Amino acid sequence: MVEYQNIFSRVQVRTAPDMGIPLDSGSWERQGEPFFSYWVGKIGNAQIGPIYLGWTGIASLVCGIIAIEIIGLNMWASVNWDLSEFIRQLPWLALEPPPPSYGLSLPPLNEGGWWLMAGFFLTTAILLWWIRMYRRARALGMGTHVAWAFASAIWLYLVLGFIRPLFMGSWGEAVPFGIFPHLDWTAALSIRYGNLFYNPFHALSIVFFYGSVLLFAMHGATILAVSRFGGEREIEQVVDRGTASERAALFWRWTMGFNATMESIHRWAWWFAVLCTLTGGIGILLTGTVVDNWYLWSVKHGVAPPYPQVFPPVADPAALQGGLQ
Amino acid sequence: MKIGFAITVVLVVVLVVFNVAGVFLGDWDRTPVVASQQGYRGLGMEVVSNPRTNAALRRLNVVPEPYPPADPGGPRASQIYENVQVLGDLSEEEFTRLMSAITDWVSPEEGCLYCHNDENLADDDVYTKVVARRMLQMTQHLNSQWQDHVGTTGVTCYTCHRGRPVPAEVWFKDPGPRQAVGIGNRAEQNAPADSVALSSLPYDPFSPFLSDAREIRVASTVALPSGNRRSIKQTEWTYGLMMHFSQSLGVNCTYCHNTRSFFSWDASPPQRSVAWHGIRMARDVNVNYIEPLKPSFPEHRLGPLGDVLKVNCATCHQGVNKPLYGANMLQDYPSLARSGP
Repeated sequence: MVEYQNIFSRVQVRTAPDMGIPLDSGSWERQGEPFFSYWVGKIGNAQIGPIYLGWTGIASLVCGIIAIEIIGLNMWASVNWDLSEFIRQLPWLALEPPPPSYGLSLPPLNEGGWWLMAGFFLTTAILLWWIRMYRRARALGMGTHVAWAFASAIWLYLVLGFIRPLFMGSWGEAVPFGIFPHLDWTAALSIRYGNLFYNPFHALSIVFFYGSVLLFAMHGATILAVSRFGGEREIEQVVDRGTASERAALFWRWTMGFNATMESIHRWAWWFAVLCTLTGGIGILLTGTVVDNWYLWSVKHGVAPPYPQVFPPVADPAALQGGLQ
Repeated sequence: MKIGFAITVVLVVVLVVFNVAGVFLGDWDRTPVVASQQGYRGLGMEVVSNPRTNAALRRLNVVPEPYPPADPGGPRASQIYENVQVLGDLSEEEFTRLMSAITDWVSPEEGCLYCHNDENLADDDVYTKVVARRMLQMTQHLNSQWQDHVGTTGVTCYTCHRGRPVPAEVWFKDPGPRQAVGIGNRAEQNAPADSVALSSLPYDPFSPFLSDAREIRVASTVALPSGNRRSIKQTEWTYGLMMHFSQSLGVNCTYCHNTRSFFSWDASPPQRSVAWHGIRMARDVNVNYIEPLKPSFPEHRLGPLGDVLKVNCATCHQGVNKPLYGANMLQDYPSLARSGP
């Protein structure tokens, strides 16, 4: 019997590579001679390729490379083309959006123009990749669930970098391209708008985010735990549940009274993941456009409870001194 | 397949190198870290400290023994010495005692001649003497006019100088690291800068806030949009200043702020009010005392952009929430607390 109790996959199939179903006329050929990789087989299918790029894939890769080049060269230029400093300071480096004074106008290249250009190419690359995912799913006769889940992530990306800056009337509101800089931007957003944790859509997004992790852990663990009974053949068990499925279901009914099914657990997972970025995007879009201070908004609507005052009363010194800042 | 194996090996090596570098090169605080609750329970209102760091700071913040008290009687310093403009009403003994103390505090190695011409002690041709006089006036001003910040503990020359002619913690306008022309604009941030505790926030938060009086507050005081156009970028400047506060005082955000609403005063610890006055005090010192002295300073005492070396929170605090752990040196030198100009 095959052994599944291991961190990595223990089973690898070696046969003639699977070339896939015939393609419609008008499609490109699939590229690349397929081969097998023992190490990749440890974590997935050992067969690599063939890949289908198509014009959307090629155009997406070209746009993506242009965007990364613009970002990377700007970062490198910001350390005066010093390669060792580029590597050393990389987590701090960024390509910043224009200063707010430019509003939505086109700034000079070095005042955020590069940022706009990088954003344009990155967005084009992502949207083309989305089209590619949609069309490949259709070409296989699949549903387009993956594409729509990806679209939810794109929604959050567009809100942060495009839609909200548009509503706010300033590209300067957008996120910089950089590792630490985008994190500092996130903290600054929360400080400016009175603590984002009081934004209910942010709260929902966190729920779905942590919920996704929890569901993923529960589902992955359940299937691995019944794989000795063939539990990883989930799709067959949707219609023909066997002992693996029964045990998995019974386990959860025993432990928490309710169980998802072999089919519905994937709906749970899909919706949690999709709602994470969907609600997150709504929360960001409302920030600064509809609500300017989430803490005060929460106080106003009775969401933020008052706590006992433990410090001696503190008054705003600026107010005491008559409007001095 | 060989390629997959090679990729895996490369990835593992990169990960190991990054992690090892992170552990050994990072700016970590080794345990133990002690969190003490200071606000209402469950709200994260904690002050974080490290006993080992504190012990090291304690050793660095020892106050020198005061000189034995001097006889206040007898003729005044101004009657005996020429050109005594600030401390002329002290007795001769008091005056000499303070001069000795100042030498210990500011120029222990260089001695009296760091400020005085040994041909004629009254001569103003040594620039440091002109600066020192203005600094005495500043000290008196701080101790008499800025008690909202310095309390009755006050400051002396030692608070900043600690035996160095130029205090260890000063700032000047930062030209930033070298960068290429026409591409790679850092936007005055995104460098691992000590001034903002190695964050990627704007690396000179002092010029706008501790020299110029730019608006620090960014959050709205009402729930809904009502014309507050302060941007996230502007917030990053404020945030940078706050990182400087935190680093210079050796405290975390909740020493002054409530975690749930950083901006609101009614939920803030009282220290925030002291810090508010501290910002204005540092600005007062820079604008009214230090920047006007610029013509007196030789070029090698100026920053790379030609401005004077100025003060920020770290100049006095040097990593401690109360400079010198609140030791009251002023009581031994009360002439430094007179109301000056």
